[in-house]
Amino acid sequence: MATFLRMANPEEELRRYAFRIKVASGVVAVAFFLLFIRFIWLQLVEFDRYHALAESNRITLTPTPPARGIIYDRNGLVLAHNFAAYTLEITPNKAGRLNDTIDRLSSVVQLDAGDRKRFKKLLTESKNFETLPIKMRLSEEEVARFAVNSFRFPGVEVKARLFRQYPMGDAFSHVIGYIGRINQKDDERIKAGPQAANYRGTDHIGKLGVEESYEHLLHGLTGVAQVETDSGGRAVRVLSQTPPVAGSNVYLHLDAKLQDIATKVFGPYRGALVALDPRNGGVLALVSKPGFDPNLFVDGIDSANWKALNESLDKPLINRALRGIYPPGSTFKPFMALAGLEMGYRKPGDVISDPGYYSLPGSSHRYRDWKKEGHGIVDLKKSVTISCDTYYYRLANDMGIANLHRYLSQFGFGRKSGIDLDGEVGGLLPSPEWKQRRFKQPWYAGETVITGIGQGYMLATPLQLAVATMAVANNGTVYRPQLVSAWRDTLTGKITENVPTVMDKIQLNPEYLALVREAMIDVTRPGGTAAVAGAGTPYLFAGKTGTAQVVGIKQGERYDERRISARLRDNALFISFAPADDPKIVIAVMVENGGHGGSTAAPIARKVTDYWLLGKIPDALKEDAADADSENEDVPPADEHAGHAAQVARAAPAEKPRR
Amino acid sequence: MNIRHLFKRLFAHIDRPLAGLLALLLLASIATVFSASGTSMDKTISHLINIAIAVGAMIAVSHIPPQRLMQFVLPIYLLGIVLLLGVAVAGEVVNGARRWLHIGVTRIQPSELMRLAVPMMLAWYLHYKQEILGARHYVIAAVLLTIPVALILRQPDLGTSLLITASGFFVLFLGGLSWRIIAGGAALAGAALPFAWHMLHDYQRQRVLTMIDPTSDPLGAGYHIIQSTIAVGSGGMAGKGWLNGSQAHLDFLPERTTDFIFAVFSEEFGLIGNLLLLLLYGAIIYRGLALAAVAPSLFGRLLAGSLVLTFFTYAFVNMGMVSGILPVVGVPLPLVSYGGTSMVSVLIGFGIVMSAASHKKLVKT
Repeated sequence: MATFLRMANPEEELRRYAFRIKVASGVVAVAFFLLFIRFIWLQLVEFDRYHALAESNRITLTPTPPARGIIYDRNGLVLAHNFAAYTLEITPNKAGRLNDTIDRLSSVVQLDAGDRKRFKKLLTESKNFETLPIKMRLSEEEVARFAVNSFRFPGVEVKARLFRQYPMGDAFSHVIGYIGRINQKDDERIKAGPQAANYRGTDHIGKLGVEESYEHLLHGLTGVAQVETDSGGRAVRVLSQTPPVAGSNVYLHLDAKLQDIATKVFGPYRGALVALDPRNGGVLALVSKPGFDPNLFVDGIDSANWKALNESLDKPLINRALRGIYPPGSTFKPFMALAGLEMGYRKPGDVISDPGYYSLPGSSHRYRDWKKEGHGIVDLKKSVTISCDTYYYRLANDMGIANLHRYLSQFGFGRKSGIDLDGEVGGLLPSPEWKQRRFKQPWYAGETVITGIGQGYMLATPLQLAVATMAVANNGTVYRPQLVSAWRDTLTGKITENVPTVMDKIQLNPEYLALVREAMIDVTRPGGTAAVAGAGTPYLFAGKTGTAQVVGIKQGERYDERRISARLRDNALFISFAPADDPKIVIAVMVENGGHGGSTAAPIARKVTDYWLLGKIPDALKEDAADADSENEDVPPADEHAGHAAQVARAAPAEKPRR
Repeated sequence: MNIRHLFKRLFAHIDRPLAGLLALLLLASIATVFSASGTSMDKTISHLINIAIAVGAMIAVSHIPPQRLMQFVLPIYLLGIVLLLGVAVAGEVVNGARRWLHIGVTRIQPSELMRLAVPMMLAWYLHYKQEILGARHYVIAAVLLTIPVALILRQPDLGTSLLITASGFFVLFLGGLSWRIIAGGAALAGAALPFAWHMLHDYQRQRVLTMIDPTSDPLGAGYHIIQSTIAVGSGGMAGKGWLNGSQAHLDFLPERTTDFIFAVFSEEFGLIGNLLLLLLYGAIIYRGLALAAVAPSLFGRLLAGSLVLTFFTYAFVNMGMVSGILPVVGVPLPLVSYGGTSMVSVLIGFGIVMSAASHKKLVKT
């Protein structure tokens, strides 16, 4: 192996080193010579060509951003669209002293304090070299006035732009979400991804709701225009153009009217409602009250509005349906009942005698029923109908927390449902392992007892309750909840269906399932806890009420006795499906501090179900609804797009697939 | 001790010819950054500050004898490996790559540290084993090189890992790595190319494809190459003159103060300017290698030689990329591009080169 070895001979070593240095120098010389040849090629041989490119034809490639896809409800009603308007825009690095320019501008176009503030905010968030709007939606007169004076304002120009608008406002804020300007963080994310080139020229991106989770479909393909510019860099003419392709139009399962009614029947309360189609998992309505006006966010929300929304005690920015976690209370009982039957801890005919409380063996502590004197003799069906706490205290203890956790996790408790919206949380189905991890403490038997009635550590989102109810309504089949039913490619016109996905198939004994369903139907009949709300339905209305204690809410805000006490009232809950013999709608309602589930939450579900199955509009909303319809006609039609009319016209709502 | 004496001591280890050449290059850099930034005083002043800091660092490093430097090599290398492992486990993802590590108040990019630490480690190792050097030691040296490169490669950071591989290879090459192994390695690398192609990330493949046909992606990566080639070509024989580059000043060129600054230089100073720049780089490299050759210790020779050749690699890769014969990798033009990190690390490298050549050998232990 002599060739591997370098001799330990200093002279030999030095000679070798010197030789290698010479070899390296030779490589350097050759490499630089190659570069020099390349420079000669570019700068002498091909000089005329490049000179022509650079000097006589200054061609820039300008991205032309696509029109964003339109979002429709299931009936083709527009929920988010674009309209064209003029804006006054400043290119900060060309406009000289900014404050001075803005002051002078205000003599030509009216600028209020809000415009200035928003501009400042955009300036701090912006990428370099882009133009920023100082004033939106100029009137014709303002455009004309600026045009006459434009020579005084280098770096300021009037642009025609597409604006996103959400005609339906508050009620849809959490579902549809909104788009906002691309900030530094979005920019970094985009640049790292495969879409970097496609976002050149795009300055808005979906930030919440469908706008966020379907960004990839709604955005579209950016076009390129080859523009010839004069020596000052101003565009002279367009040489060639690859037109942009507007984003796909997206169709939701959501029914705008149902959503609107569901929002309004909440009245003054905060809370959430999720309505699903059990046959495919389609989200028919997804309400989180209060909402906010998504239009405020599109071009940068001003600080006063932001502060009001962000600091409101009502927390309007939180999507309660997906992110609000609440103890499910007694709405947990039908699932507990199924667990007891399926695992053999209860037989349909088993009865208990309820003295109004339950005590663990060998303990004197009494877990009290909501009815002080007790419900007497209670079987499984009655335990659901009258919501007997004692029955479930005992059942939970018989079953044990490990079995309870294992069986009920099948229904989706403690994990995300996989809905096509970002930001969902998984709630909490407690287990001894979880408690050990979280608190480094062992599990106590008493904690199992209260978990049995959906209290204690147990937490679920309204969406999770709806999904669990879907399992009961649907013989154990659980679909992934989906807002989007289909989308239509603007270029090819191809409609792609968002195929329903079965998430779980829970094995349920038909006999037991029938029993629990009957019990839930009895809940809305005389003697049941939602008898008043369920009175006189022409369809079979299966439901379960829940009234859950509010666990201490963190209140960072100033102390206000009146409000605090109102906020410590019980949460009212209701889950339902109807018609019970052929379910078409599953509902979960949660009313924060609403008091009793039967009196506050159940009527909301009833009204929503009535509209869906019977087309009945609640009396109190009838005039309202008429107004809303006429308002819709004033909304600018979706195809008023500067330069994109052709593409958008093809996507008119009439072509929406009826499903 | 008067001021003159103090100066003399301060510059005791500075090689005058090399320092003069570096100063010429830095002057060209200042003029080009001033032009490329759109005559922005702010940017130019901050560039001057970067240069001042870097020159200070070079002078300071030139005072450290190689023997002293050798004591720190192993700890620095091990620290670098630990930090790279830290990045792999708990690094922050920026732009899709995990390169940054938070330590207390600030965040660092350990791969930057490795640019110096890897050639130092290999030079130290070969120096340490010089009496008994055999095949086994080259294998170990190759492992010492592969570990950090593999860690950086999976961040992923292809450009940095290739350049670090190059700097390590230079040490082994100057240290007498057998020609057979070099030829075998080259053949193996050639054979592995198709496999490597499959290992690349999509964006990396895109860059190579874009180099072959820039028009395939005119808005994305191809845009850089199209615009920079136009800038270089339209410079012609004598250039458009300082501050007169239309491509540069009409916002056509991206990254024109950093990675693509050579396009601005070429456009304004033309083929003559380019030739002078190549000659200047060549002279710096020649002088650097000459200093490396007279360094008394093997460690000094290997490290200094590797640093100079790495400097060459950066310059070649950058100019090749801007003129469209190499794919776009994020490599600045050394000592010309705007940017503090690169400026400081390159001049520290030259500080080491000067120190290696000027410190006399101590009694051999």
